[in-house]
Amino acid sequence: MFKHIEGGDTRARVRLQFDGRPIEARAGDSVALALLQGGCIPFRTTPVSGAPRAPLCLMGVCFECLLEVDGRANVQGCMVEVRDGMQVRRQEGARDAIGGER
Amino acid sequence: MTQSANTVETDWLVVGGGVVGTSLAYGLVRAGERVCLLDEGDDAFRAARGNFGLVWVQSKGAGSPAYARWTVDAAAAWPAFAAELAERTGVDVELSQIGGLVMCLDDAELTERTNVLASIRADLGGDYPFEVLDHRALRELVPQVGPCVAGALYGPLDGHLNPLRLLRALVQAFQAGGGTLCAGERVAGIERLADGFLATAGAKVFRSRHIVLAAGLGNRALAPMVGLQAPVQPNRGQVLVTERVQPFLRHPSLYVRQTGEGVVQIGDSKEDVGFDDNTTLSELSRIAARALKCFPLLEGINIVRTWGALRVMSPDGLPIYQASASCPGAFVVTCHSGITLAALHAGALVHWLRGGPEPGPLKAFKAERFDVQAH
Repeated sequence: MFKHIEGGDTRARVRLQFDGRPIEARAGDSVALALLQGGCIPFRTTPVSGAPRAPLCLMGVCFECLLEVDGRANVQGCMVEVRDGMQVRRQEGARDAIGGER
Repeated sequence: MTQSANTVETDWLVVGGGVVGTSLAYGLVRAGERVCLLDEGDDAFRAARGNFGLVWVQSKGAGSPAYARWTVDAAAAWPAFAAELAERTGVDVELSQIGGLVMCLDDAELTERTNVLASIRADLGGDYPFEVLDHRALRELVPQVGPCVAGALYGPLDGHLNPLRLLRALVQAFQAGGGTLCAGERVAGIERLADGFLATAGAKVFRSRHIVLAAGLGNRALAPMVGLQAPVQPNRGQVLVTERVQPFLRHPSLYVRQTGEGVVQIGDSKEDVGFDDNTTLSELSRIAARALKCFPLLEGINIVRTWGALRVMSPDGLPIYQASASCPGAFVVTCHSGITLAALHAGALVHWLRGGPEPGPLKAFKAERFDVQAH
């Protein structure tokens, strides 16, 4: 589906997990890019109808790429850089408020 | 276009497409009248689209038993009205009237608010339910309340709804009932004719036997054209809304409520700043800080939108319902609480507009009360 352009990219490899599945990314990529490349669609389901969603704008505007990142809910995947060991989960519907992750 | 193509004939012209105007217009078509509803434009100050969505009873009408009674009756009429709108339009306005809270951050505020409610209860001969909850009792009802909340006033008649869904339901019900909605029409002048009125809006002219002014802040300029007065002033409230979260708060409160779709709506301010509906960082910060004291769990929740909106306030905060003595067939209707009062506006008030008996409380809502008394 989505692939890096071949050749010349010598950036370090970074490993994260999406719903427990290992994903390889390159240092400096956004989480959204890494997950698109890893075929992790949908990123989330909507709070009202439960419709599946994936990134649209990749520049912080559309809020379609919301994810749970290292326990934090509703994080914009396109605005966060990948880190080694990052735990990412699909954002299923509305986030929890009670006992919410801080 | 010819002159006649620009002229609309009707029996009832309602000026104002907010919640007050659409409630009246819907009530009129429901009663079988031929109605044209004029809505200004998207650059108008739209309280109907910026308000907090409370169907609120407690503390309304301190010092005015008529307003307290009118509000209690209006809240009681809501369940049937919401069901009727749902049946006619398929729109669920998300009405919930399981009781509302006013959180108090210290004992002095709790005592002060208790005294206000006690005075209204006395005015209404005891028929005015409320409970004073201390911190422990409040925590039993709303476990998420913060430790520094002293207590709350609980009003079992209070509730809330989705004001945007309500506006849509009213417009749909009005149009489905045969009413004509003319959008983008700003009334510039009203002339009196032998058999009614002529309202001019841009290139269009509206001829009507009756005219009902429900134009919110616009009523101030329109009312004198038909021998009425509506000395209303803007009062700004700022509001914040969060991302949708799982339900945690069933009871609406004066400053924090969770909508049917999970959004937490946080208000509000009361600012005398004229026709300025912007937001300010200082007020938004103050509002957010108070909400955090009430509900510490909001700390990790993202705000997605803020806005300001202008309340339509008469000098004493009470409605003005008046028929013109000098121009029979002209009426002015204005109030701060268009959501709470919607069911009565569509019902009892429309009945009065159409020549029925004036509901008892209306005597207290005439504009003459603002006339300056000579000393």
